Amino acid sequence: MTVVALRPKAQSMPNATPTNVIDVKDLSLVFQTNDGPVNALSNINLAVNSGEFVSFIGPSGCGKTTLLRVIADLEQPTSGTISVNGLTPSEARQKRAYGYVFQAAALYPWRTIGGNISLPLEVMGMPKAERASRITKNLELVNLSGFEKKFPWQLSGGMQQRASIARALSFDPEMLLMDEPFGALDEIVRDHLNEQLLKLWAKTQKTVIFVTHSIPEAVFLSTKIVVMSPRPGRIHEIIDCNLGAERTLDIRETPEFLEIAHRVREGLRHGHSYDGE
Amino acid sequence: MTISRSPLAIAAFLLAVPGLLISSGGDVQATLAYSTPVILFVAAAVALFTSVSIPSLIVVLILVHVVAFCLIDLLGSMLTARPDIGYWCMVASSWLLAWFSVQNLAGLKLASAQAQRLVNFALPVLFGAWLLILWEILVRGFGVPSILLPPPSMIAGRIANSVPTLWVDFQQTYLKAAIAGYAIGCGSGFLAAIIVDRVPFLRRGLLPIGNLVAALPVVGIAPIMVMWFGSYWESKAAVVVIMTFFPMLVNTVAGLAASGAMERDLMQTYGSSYGQTLLKLRLPAAMPFIFNALKINSTLALIGAIVAEFFGSPIVGMGFRISAEVGRMNVDMVWAEIFVAALAGSLSYGLITLIERAVTFWHPSYRT
Repeated sequence: MTVVALRPKAQSMPNATPTNVIDVKDLSLVFQTNDGPVNALSNINLAVNSGEFVSFIGPSGCGKTTLLRVIADLEQPTSGTISVNGLTPSEARQKRAYGYVFQAAALYPWRTIGGNISLPLEVMGMPKAERASRITKNLELVNLSGFEKKFPWQLSGGMQQRASIARALSFDPEMLLMDEPFGALDEIVRDHLNEQLLKLWAKTQKTVIFVTHSIPEAVFLSTKIVVMSPRPGRIHEIIDCNLGAERTLDIRETPEFLEIAHRVREGLRHGHSYDGE
Repeated sequence: MTISRSPLAIAAFLLAVPGLLISSGGDVQATLAYSTPVILFVAAAVALFTSVSIPSLIVVLILVHVVAFCLIDLLGSMLTARPDIGYWCMVASSWLLAWFSVQNLAGLKLASAQAQRLVNFALPVLFGAWLLILWEILVRGFGVPSILLPPPSMIAGRIANSVPTLWVDFQQTYLKAAIAGYAIGCGSGFLAAIIVDRVPFLRRGLLPIGNLVAALPVVGIAPIMVMWFGSYWESKAAVVVIMTFFPMLVNTVAGLAASGAMERDLMQTYGSSYGQTLLKLRLPAAMPFIFNALKINSTLALIGAIVAEFFGSPIVGMGFRISAEVGRMNVDMVWAEIFVAALAGSLSYGLITLIERAVTFWHPSYRT
């Protein structure tokens, strides 16, 4: 159990004192459905520091996506408090505090890749010259230079998802919220994108919140893994995880990696994630 | 020598032979009467005894059209007499040959894109031409009274002689009533859809009433519109407005709902305003639906404008002309108006389709 610990400071983090970007206290969310109320989230307490890479993991129905959507102000909690950058989620959203990456790329087919990356910048009223330079910069960041004039449907699924990450980063938000961004891709592409995402995170030093149902993906990417369990959706355990800054995919064979993966799996089991279904 | 196995070519050849032997009817003694069966026989022989290739197809096509021209010409020289069995054998044979060449032309895989485009253009033209040729020959050959169905040549003659009348009618019915009504109907349907989409109670209250309006019969509302707006073109435009409003409303409302939840969440994460989301996401996503309505309405507008003129109009307009000339047994003029209406209708439909392609190039049905 020596693997654990090590705060994200140990990484290439220039931010001297990590501050809480996200603070969730006693948060619950009940959906009213035709079959009666559903406890999507129950008594969530969570703090995320600046520059961390936090993964939410759990089976479907554990509320991991709902929690991300509450942070993004796409769902409203029933009770409890949540602050994002010291503001309410709604204020944070209006101030464009985060870029959101969905399960699908959700690129607009009538816009070119460049036009898609320009979309949030247009909404925010950025001048044309500034938009152009940001498109170039962010396409470089996700290794898609030269694809600016292509239309989304002319690109592979992996490239589309990279373009959607470039779009989320284009307005330089402090946070990146990612909802199973690679869930629809095959494993080879997924491994590749995981490596790229890690480099991107090191380069941009953004706070990343990442929803996944893949244990290796969570362990490989995260500094903190939030293990969630269903019915009602709640946090079962928070596992620190830091495998060093210079990670490659090979690290997945190391005992340290397997040890953490084992702990996550045990956490999921104790949270009754493997019951039922 | 390779013999084509196509049953069409065999049948055409077998039918071309009696043309040489049996009289084609009437008391025709012109060179035409003797040369036509020979040309046809040559064409059938080429079709049957050469392998299918572009040169042989072109030869067959040219010869068979010469034959068709001669066959029609022969009808004119027969005066009151009816054509005989030999004539009908030739008609059947040339029709089969035309069928044979079009079928083989459609099956050709051409290397050059330009030639392929030419063939793609030629196919419907040949098809249409043979429809007219057979119509002409059958109607005249069997002596169908022109009040029931005039031959195309008679309609063409009428069109050529009545260009000024047709043009005034076209101006009145199409350029004024149909286009004005179309523009107002589609425009107001579109605006209503934006409002209905924005105000939830309207969606639940107004849409069902809109359904009722859509079910109103044109023949019922047209006389009322004439009473309201007078007998000039404004009343016809009003009928067109009523007919086109609802398809545009329903389609636009459906189109505005067509954008996905994820795409809308995305706009929300950018703190996008209602107007921005409408302009940058929902309207572009609605375009395929809106163009559907524009296409449906382009044909509805013409029908509405013509039918509305049956219920009172000044002595000009396509609908007026149709009802007046039917009463005077001038059926060729009715057909001339029908032709103008069909031409105008398909040209406007084609124009809208072209614009649609340019605007919704991203839609899966148009992607290249």
